Amino acid sequence: MTDERIKELELKANDIRMSIIDMLEDAGSGHTAGPLGMTDIFTAFYFELLNHDPQNPDWDERDRLILSNGHIVPVRYATMAHAGYFPLEELTTLRKFGSRLQGHPERHKLPGVENTSGPLGTGLGQAAGMALGLRMDGKKNRVYCLTGDGELDCGNIWESAMFAGHHKLSHLTAVVDRNNIQINGFTENVMSLGDLRGKWESFGWHVIEVDGHNIESFVDAVHQAHAIQEKPTCIIAHTIPGKGIKEIENEFEWHGKPPGAEEEQRFLKELRTLRGKIEASHAQ
Amino acid sequence: MINQNIHLNSNLFDTDKLDQAATRDGFGKGLVEAGEANENVVALCADLAESTRAHWFKEQFPERYVELGVAEQNLAAVGSGLANYGKIPFIMSYAAFSPGRNWEQIRSTITLNDVPVKIVGAHAGVSVGPDGATHQALEDIATMRVLPNMTVVVPADSEEARKATLAIAENGKPSYIRLARAKTPVFTTTATPFEIGKPQVVYQGQHPKVGIIACGSLVYQSILAAEALKHDGVGVSVMNLSTIKPMNESAVADFARTVDIIVTAEEHQVAGGMGSAVAEVLAKHEPKRMVFIGMQDRYGESGDPDELLKHFGFTKEGIVNRIKEELA
Repeated sequence: MTDERIKELELKANDIRMSIIDMLEDAGSGHTAGPLGMTDIFTAFYFELLNHDPQNPDWDERDRLILSNGHIVPVRYATMAHAGYFPLEELTTLRKFGSRLQGHPERHKLPGVENTSGPLGTGLGQAAGMALGLRMDGKKNRVYCLTGDGELDCGNIWESAMFAGHHKLSHLTAVVDRNNIQINGFTENVMSLGDLRGKWESFGWHVIEVDGHNIESFVDAVHQAHAIQEKPTCIIAHTIPGKGIKEIENEFEWHGKPPGAEEEQRFLKELRTLRGKIEASHAQ
Repeated sequence: MINQNIHLNSNLFDTDKLDQAATRDGFGKGLVEAGEANENVVALCADLAESTRAHWFKEQFPERYVELGVAEQNLAAVGSGLANYGKIPFIMSYAAFSPGRNWEQIRSTITLNDVPVKIVGAHAGVSVGPDGATHQALEDIATMRVLPNMTVVVPADSEEARKATLAIAENGKPSYIRLARAKTPVFTTTATPFEIGKPQVVYQGQHPKVGIIACGSLVYQSILAAEALKHDGVGVSVMNLSTIKPMNESAVADFARTVDIIVTAEEHQVAGGMGSAVAEVLAKHEPKRMVFIGMQDRYGESGDPDELLKHFGFTKEGIVNRIKEELA
């Protein structure tokens, strides 16, 4: 990737973060930390990696992006709007009556949302089912499943991990948002995940660990996953919950609350400053 | 009087002359036929291929058969993904485990997601027999019919199970089909019509006082009970309500209008089951005195299927006695 392209994507991610702050403050409820932490990865998917068509969301030849931890959906909505799936103005309808932007995503409400999710642990099985269907038909489309790390407490995830490993679903890639927080606190205090890489490997997966805020590294990791032919790949993306807003980064209290009006102004100001920093860093 | 329009077996009252087959057998045949008719039909099984009769499909279409292992939650989720992609997945296990164990996955990934997964719950009811209460699903009608978008079908015999399987393969909706392990008389024929949401009055009593609405193996036992009560001078009509959802409210209300008492009969808990569904309809359209034959808020136990069916009143005699008691 050229430096110019990386800068472009970083600036796009910054715009998406601003939309997330704006829509969450407007909604008055929702999750802040996870969406901000996964913004760089969503940007990489929608603006660099996915084979998709925002004007034709049901296009048969599209890659499938399955969101398992539905509560971080503001980042999906914001990224989709920036990618042209629907007007940016609609983002402010998040969580409101009659909106297509449900608090947790619903497949039938908004074209381009592949699956209904929110109850944790069910995305990987759905992604595996799609990957299996594609393989039965001899199709090459990729299936990606984004999961949280707290979500890995669910037994269902490991049933699905075992299944995908057993059936060697090599065109399936899971991305674990390893941000170390869940509602009740730090993951290692609430329910330790221990040797996460070893767990996935023992279930028959190829594992890559990456900095989830380095867009170029993440894109490289996904390309590497494409080259693994004999097993599915799990990318453990190390992320910072609340990324971009210093005062909330790594604070698990921000898992499930939105910014207030004053906080919104402060956070947006910080992101505007960050925009300048991104531009300056690439000018050097 | 038998309803001549539905072509029931001509030896209807001569049980010894009727073939005996389990509804799971009819399902197994129907699944192979559905697979022949539509190449998108796929079968997923949670380590119970032979007892759910999934193995017949596996022999015919190995490339469309998927092993899941003992993982019912994943069974539902993978089925959801396949259906979302465009396949018609039948997901198979015992009803006690699927939909018993994976109700939440069914709710969020199948019915709320609204994708056409076909949930096959085998070994429902006390007629499972010696395996005992753990394996005798008695709650599945309740837990499935409460879900929006779901179709719920309980076939009355093996032949109806075959037809119901073909019907749900093509209905484009999340669907649940409830099957039994034990062999029961096959009293319908290939000529008997079947349509989702179309209950049939299988036996018409003379000046009927009682109307029995039954599903599953209790439909045939109810016909025998109606015939026996005729000789005692009690008019009884019988309806086969094999589709519990979507409920045909007008057919049920019209049937109730012809009788004084409605008796529901099912191998399921009385709370929340088919009888409750009928009561919901009648409370709105045609309030009636009702008798609920079913499991009376208790679990089953080990034993020979016939012994258990008799013990819990799921036989002709049990139904006759319960109706006589009510009329006394």
